Amino acid sequence: MKLLDISNLSVKFSGKRTVHAINNVSLSMEQGETLALLGESGSGKSVTLKALLGLLPPKRTQIDGQVHVNGTDVLGLKGKALQKYRGGEVSMVFQEPALALDPVYTVGHQIAESVMRHKGIDKANAMATALDMLDRVRIPSANRRLHNYPHELSGGMRQRVMIALALACKPKLLLADEPTTALDATVQIQILLLLRELQKEFGMGVIFVTHDIGVAVEISERVAVMYAGQIAEEGTTREIIRDPRHPYTQGLLAANLHDVARGARLNAIPGAPPALESKPDSCAFAPRCPVAMPECRAALPPVFEPGPRRRVACLRANEPIAAE
Amino acid sequence: MSVTDYTPTIDTGGPAQPLLTVNHLRKYFPVRGGILGRTQAQVQAVDGVSFAVAKGETLGIVGESGCGKSTTAKLLIGLTEKDAGEIIFDGHALGERLSLKDLRRSVQMVFQDSYATLNPRMTILASVAFGARVQGLEDPEGLARKMMDRVGLDPNRFAHRYPHELSGGQRQRVNIARALAMSPRLVVLDEAVSALDKSVEAQVLNLLSDLRAEFGLTYIFISHDLNVVRYISDRILVMYLGEVVEIAPVDSIWQEQAHPYTRSLFSAMPSMDPDNRTQTPPLAGDPPNPIDPPKGCRFHTRCRFASDVCKAKTPSLAGLARNQAHQVACHLYDSTSGHPQAGQGIPA
Ligand SMILES: Nc1ncnc2c1ncn2[C@@H]1O[C@H](COP(=O)(O)OP(=O)(O)O)[C@@H](O)[C@H]1O
Ligand SMILES: Nc1ncnc2c1ncn2[C@@H]1O[C@H](COP(=O)(O)OP(=O)(O)O)[C@@H](O)[C@H]1O
Ligand code: SF4
Ligand SMILES: [Mg+2]
Ligand SMILES: [Mg+2]
Repeated sequence: MKLLDISNLSVKFSGKRTVHAINNVSLSMEQGETLALLGESGSGKSVTLKALLGLLPPKRTQIDGQVHVNGTDVLGLKGKALQKYRGGEVSMVFQEPALALDPVYTVGHQIAESVMRHKGIDKANAMATALDMLDRVRIPSANRRLHNYPHELSGGMRQRVMIALALACKPKLLLADEPTTALDATVQIQILLLLRELQKEFGMGVIFVTHDIGVAVEISERVAVMYAGQIAEEGTTREIIRDPRHPYTQGLLAANLHDVARGARLNAIPGAPPALESKPDSCAFAPRCPVAMPECRAALPPVFEPGPRRRVACLRANEPIAAE
Repeated sequence: MSVTDYTPTIDTGGPAQPLLTVNHLRKYFPVRGGILGRTQAQVQAVDGVSFAVAKGETLGIVGESGCGKSTTAKLLIGLTEKDAGEIIFDGHALGERLSLKDLRRSVQMVFQDSYATLNPRMTILASVAFGARVQGLEDPEGLARKMMDRVGLDPNRFAHRYPHELSGGQRQRVNIARALAMSPRLVVLDEAVSALDKSVEAQVLNLLSDLRAEFGLTYIFISHDLNVVRYISDRILVMYLGEVVEIAPVDSIWQEQAHPYTRSLFSAMPSMDPDNRTQTPPLAGDPPNPIDPPKGCRFHTRCRFASDVCKAKTPSLAGLARNQAHQVACHLYDSTSGHPQAGQGIPA
């Protein structure tokens, strides 16, 4: 069974202003795969994860399409079933540990609570699991830390606790929403390598949201590039780095400045992403694209599939010459 | 925009004299606590920082959060009062032949959080013209329009808008225009592009390069992104817990990071090569607290090469044998330090 199967997902927010945040996204993952959702702010990464967790506000949100995790129809989940699914089958780590950790309980108590709720085991066993989890996320003197409150821990340590909490119930799918973005580089790399090890150890699937291509390379086997609530390009990390086909992906890679000559003029993508007040009916990147043609502005681009599980939503993706 | 609109203060010392020299700059912040709220400890935010910036040069400053980059920047323009140290601008020492007012005209700053630094109730035009008006410059609005145009914001479209109606990239252009309207000679950019999306960041970096060439500007460019700093800078200064640990020309430091901390910082950059990913983190744990920094070399608690001398004696900055312009503060490079591995630099 597929771990994840999203088909034709659209999310529209209404209220003061309308935002077509997700537009016909289809995406699938096998068990144990790691996927980076890469894109700039507003491209729909967090909304995609929220849809997967059933976290979107129902009143102001219109959701279309299908989301299945291990065969479960996520969009149909309600009440107890939804509670059981969240934090059980699928769990999430955030950029800000404050979103996941309660300041008034010790970290051991919080992890144990979650395990008791989902696995139905007693307090003593749950505390033992909590201790084991703190060990696994390599928190020094875990025995003592079990009784700490979140504010008594350093930033990197809180991030580790949040990961321990998320993994305590052995989820099949871990959703990570930029959990290292606010961290310093030397702490970020520690957390990335820890997640990589734990992913192997637990065999879970991971969706890792990031705007940083380097982070995607460190953490994931596959990458889906998002733009304007759509998947612009998908492939293995190697394919995306070595052979980016979508002009937007090419621009993002150049903007990383990784191997740009010092002081050379940057081939910057002009302009800014669209506001998404209406659903894109032509290529959403066309206004900023250096190689756009009139056809790009007339209709949605065809999805070109140069290989298995590889796709590029660009009219010109099949051309041999890369965009300059 | 014509050259006559840009009226920086005159160059007094000629090209060989550094535009800015900073000697032994120090700032400790008291931390209050306890029942009586008495001062209990001090954050040693900036401790004995010295460096010079040449005319037309861009000096990049890197280091992890809390190492004192922003405090250094604010000390430079008198936004934070220094405890000790000397600030010399084009040969004139602050507080002697140079007043704070004069310094603030010649040195402008652009911060990361463009939202917090713009008055939400002022139009863009009023914001850009504000400094020029306070300084008593002629026709501040006319000047502001020209500056807006120069940074890529059409004054006819943007002059009467408010900050919340702009994107992050546009707001950062407003801040740059506002700084330039004062005709500064030195611009301090503190994480000025860090909050921007990569594609917008590239646009603003192009703009900053153009402005530097056009107006002969000198930059101090603070960022946590090593790739960005390498791209824009001539030299890089590395800070750790309030101190300078290394300062070097970009090519030299890119080729070989001399200080063990600098080497770790560079190795912490994501690899960008799917077939050659990072295997071990260069450092464990978080940076220690600047309230009570380690004695001796402040990095010794995390350094693989620390020996007894590192715990006891503070290393001072000195040029490398292979390149005197490349300076490092580490006992490994001082053959008289008493470090058992001293002399050859970082052991292979
Ligand atoms: N609850 C909400 N109500 C209205 N608009 C929203 C809501 N959540 C997100 N959006 C909008 O949806 C778009 C995608 O947001 P998001 O998924 O958070 O982007 P990112 O890729 O930065 O994570 C943005 O335009 C955002 O403003
Ligand atoms: N106004 C202040 N009062 C007290 N502590 C401060 C103040 N400003 C900065 N600090 C402290 O000084 C240290 C250096 O901060 P800062 O210069 O902002 O670092 P950076 O910009 O490198 O992240 C930090 O520990 C910070 O908490
Ligand atoms: S002085 Fe000693 S502790 Fe400090 S960086 Fe050099 S070897 Fe390491
Ligand atoms: Mg987000
Ligand atoms: Mg700062």
